[in-house]
Amino acid sequence: MTQTTAQAAISGRSREGIAERLAADLRDGFVVNLGVGIPLLIPKYIPPDVEVILHAENGVLGLGPLASPGQEDPDLTDAGKQPITLITGAAIVDSAMSFAVVRGGHLDVTVLGALQVSAHGDLANWYVPGKNPAVGGAMDLVAGAREVWVTMEHVDRTGQPKIVEQCTFPLTGRQVVTRVYTDLAVFHVVDGELRLTECAPGIEPEMIRKRTAAPYTEDLGIRL
Amino acid sequence: MIDKFRSDPIAALAVIPSGATLAVGGFGSSGRPDTLLDTLCELDRRDLHVYVNNVGGDFTGIGRLLAERRLRRITCSFPVLPEFYDEYFAGRVELELIPQGTLAERMRAGGAGIPAFFTPSGAGTMLADGTFPLGYGADRQVVSWQPERERREFGGREHILEYGIVADFALVKAHKGDRRGNLRFRLSARNFNPLAAMSGRHTFAEVEHLVGIGELEPDDIHLPGVFVDEVLLKSPDSPRQPAIAEFSS
Repeated sequence: MTQTTAQAAISGRSREGIAERLAADLRDGFVVNLGVGIPLLIPKYIPPDVEVILHAENGVLGLGPLASPGQEDPDLTDAGKQPITLITGAAIVDSAMSFAVVRGGHLDVTVLGALQVSAHGDLANWYVPGKNPAVGGAMDLVAGAREVWVTMEHVDRTGQPKIVEQCTFPLTGRQVVTRVYTDLAVFHVVDGELRLTECAPGIEPEMIRKRTAAPYTEDLGIRL
Repeated sequence: MIDKFRSDPIAALAVIPSGATLAVGGFGSSGRPDTLLDTLCELDRRDLHVYVNNVGGDFTGIGRLLAERRLRRITCSFPVLPEFYDEYFAGRVELELIPQGTLAERMRAGGAGIPAFFTPSGAGTMLADGTFPLGYGADRQVVSWQPERERREFGGREHILEYGIVADFALVKAHKGDRRGNLRFRLSARNFNPLAAMSGRHTFAEVEHLVGIGELEPDDIHLPGVFVDEVLLKSPDSPRQPAIAEFSS
């Protein structure tokens, strides 16, 4: 039922489209941490009637847009060291308090990129053996956030599935992922099992099946 | 009278020997005590074990210590500088890689008299199972590994034991400080600074502004002077570095 051979490219959601799709699932009042890559595209798609507090690991609760040229303040950066602004009513804390927010279950969602997600929600996203290792706050985020939503391309650059039976890259955390948003689909992890809940516009379930190397059930149309 | 202000960094930091362990504040170049780090270089200190979140993106601050081969080991979450990895794989510096929140809490715990604590961060990963290389030999073979963590289940979930950090010295940066060592930080430059200050047996604070006693309102002091031993002014020769594009998970 799974097939791991590389598949021809098909056109699903763009990176912006993945961000826009995920943003539609953020709820009013959520406290959210966004990783680098696709997650950083999300803020502009958050609906205006949804108030979300964005957290940055370096101690910011209430992240605003990037600072415009000439307005940068070296004392105000995000977790990617980019100069940022604050929303009105933002709060600054030290790094221990920042990770108390993370580890203590006070983040509703962390949105992260991934190298691989396993059939049981294991996440690998910090280290490609042979490359330069760095972990940052990834292991704290997946250990502590109430929900871990992954955004990624459904297959890697060589066409290999990134949703796999077992991760082959070193793990960031075991059974931590709760949702996966890709260019082709949305998956939920429920009781340690993957469920396909949505196909991207123009994408058929069989196209997803061919590009996914993990067992899953189909729950299309169900809003969890 | 309590007067922790020192006008001469070279004279003040001369008590730090080569081989010392140092807890250092900052997140990249934001809030990093560059005047104090430059002073260590002027004093020609070497063989240092530094606890700090990043090496950084250039050859200033911790990056200068690296470029001048003054580091024995870095304990951090996200090194960044490619040249750091060249040194690591060549066996000239060790890397103790730990999750960012674990680093912050280890500093806080060490300064708060908590010798160790259990955390879920890193459980079930190669940063906990004894397989991550701490050091390489000259032939690029792994010669030492990070120790395997003790494990214990709480609430049906695996946690790992991490130790508090008590460093010989701490180097931190603040926006404002007074002669009693009371500190106030500015925006996200606060980051690891209060925690690094707590974890040092002897703590140096570099401040942008030295203010009079009472100018900092009691409610506005982020770190009381009890955690700070010496206060120095940031050197105008160490301008704040522009933000450098770095990445952190």
